[in-house]
Amino acid sequence: MNTPTSEPLAKALTPAIRKPRRRSLRFPWLLVYAIAYLVFLYLPVLLLPLFSFNDGTIVAFPMKGFTLKWYAQLGAQDTLLQAMVNSLIVGSVTALAATSLGLFAARAYVRYRFKGRELSEGLVMLPLVIPGIIVASSMLVLFIALGLKPSLTTVILGHVFVALPFAVSIMKSAFDDFDQSLEEAAFDLGESVIGTFRRVTLPIVAPGIVASLLVTFTVSFDEFVLAFFLSGNQPTLPVYIWSQIRFPAKLPNTLALGSLLLLASVVLLLIAEYFRRRSNKSA
Amino acid sequence: MAGFLRTEAGKGLALSAPASLYVGLLVAAPLGILVAYSFWTQTYVEIDKTPSWANYLEAATDPLVRHLMLRSILIAAAVTAATVALAYPIAYFIAFRTHRKTLWLLLITIPFWSSYLLRVFSWKLILGFNGVMNSALISLGMIDEPLTFLLYNEFAVVLTLAHAWAPFAILPIYVSLQKIDRSLLEAATDLGCSKLERFVRVTLPLTVPGIIAASLIIFIPTVGDYVTPSLVGGSQGKMVANLIQVQFGPANNWPLGATLSLVAMASVGFVAVLFVILATALGRRIR
Repeated sequence: MNTPTSEPLAKALTPAIRKPRRRSLRFPWLLVYAIAYLVFLYLPVLLLPLFSFNDGTIVAFPMKGFTLKWYAQLGAQDTLLQAMVNSLIVGSVTALAATSLGLFAARAYVRYRFKGRELSEGLVMLPLVIPGIIVASSMLVLFIALGLKPSLTTVILGHVFVALPFAVSIMKSAFDDFDQSLEEAAFDLGESVIGTFRRVTLPIVAPGIVASLLVTFTVSFDEFVLAFFLSGNQPTLPVYIWSQIRFPAKLPNTLALGSLLLLASVVLLLIAEYFRRRSNKSA
Repeated sequence: MAGFLRTEAGKGLALSAPASLYVGLLVAAPLGILVAYSFWTQTYVEIDKTPSWANYLEAATDPLVRHLMLRSILIAAAVTAATVALAYPIAYFIAFRTHRKTLWLLLITIPFWSSYLLRVFSWKLILGFNGVMNSALISLGMIDEPLTFLLYNEFAVVLTLAHAWAPFAILPIYVSLQKIDRSLLEAATDLGCSKLERFVRVTLPLTVPGIIAASLIIFIPTVGDYVTPSLVGGSQGKMVANLIQVQFGPANNWPLGATLSLVAMASVGFVAVLFVILATALGRRIR
């Protein structure tokens, strides 16, 4: 301290004097960078909806005019509707299967200490770090060897595999704050194991389950590479979009479809986020 | 058996078994078959099941394979470096310079809840010759002719993937920054460190685990990425996944495809291990 004031006084004054002055002097580089970065992140996501209303087939400035016709045309495309139905089936079954597997596994990881727990925890996270093309090609080879023709079933089997890590980590955080004594109390009051699970455990982790269902559904709904390899002649929505991307004439319709999917994904996951937070708070 | 199931270990194993068996089987079984396939050979429509090293020889000697493999690893490394470098300041900003952490984290993750395929497709539209970027720059009078270096090259692949992986870099780095004991930073300042010194010698080394986690989670899947090189890579930006897909698709040479998958996986694993060793050593060195 090389200020002329006495030491205790300086100590008392410095925080009060220094802080505001420093802040007003420094240009907020990081804030500016953060905002620029957000623009970079949102640019491609907002572009599709923007041009889906554009009255022209070329995606470029200047924009032509406002139209809803690209959306209106979507309803008349049978292959698109079939792909949508396929995706809904695959997504729903995947969500149910991955969430049930994840529910039990997460319960085991949080509640019990057992040999091989860490190994098992690491194993179920593995699908996150294997390159998609390797998962896809190796599963195709396996299913063909087992005599399973590429179909929605094989896509579901693959999607459960990639969605499982998401289900497990969401369910783990739902069980993390779960108060053990509630279950013990239920036991002591004479409930059976299944009764306790159904009437005590399940209601408390329900928001986590909803969050997991929504997230795993979205993972499956958006997944492309596995579906591309495993769907055979039953395309899911992303596989259908892939087939449309090549035709410039179909571009505006693809944009409209893509915008609807973006909206659906974001809405679903915001709802999931809401439930996930509720599950963390409730316990 | 029934007695074991009532113990702590038994219950834990029984509950986690379905999930770990599912993943375990779907990793091990395809891998086993992939290995088997890699020693077989394709002869027209039939598969010759006499074991041979032919595919591995082809993978090792074909210049195209070597070229694509090397390029995939280099592109993945560039993507990893770019993503982590771009993400670090954001993670730093959220950890130290704002009180609305939850809002910022939410803002950063929302775009990634949309389909990956569509985001890549959107980049293709932005970067194209007659695309959004060029037409916007021309409308604004900043350029006269469309820029051609934007699409169908390595640059486009790196940019698109640096976008696609952003939250996977931001989140682990943010967590490791958040974990830093603030009194360490105060101590560094009190002991006379300048801000830069404090960052390089205290903050940065303490976030090495976060950087390693982010790098691995980006690098490994990127080597095998299929969508981005196909859509924005052009012929200069093709990667090993495209070659693998060709073997399983149009070329119909599954044994070679299987071999390439295995070789790719082994190379990724090798580079990843090497990276972890180097980064850990470097992190210790700075301190």
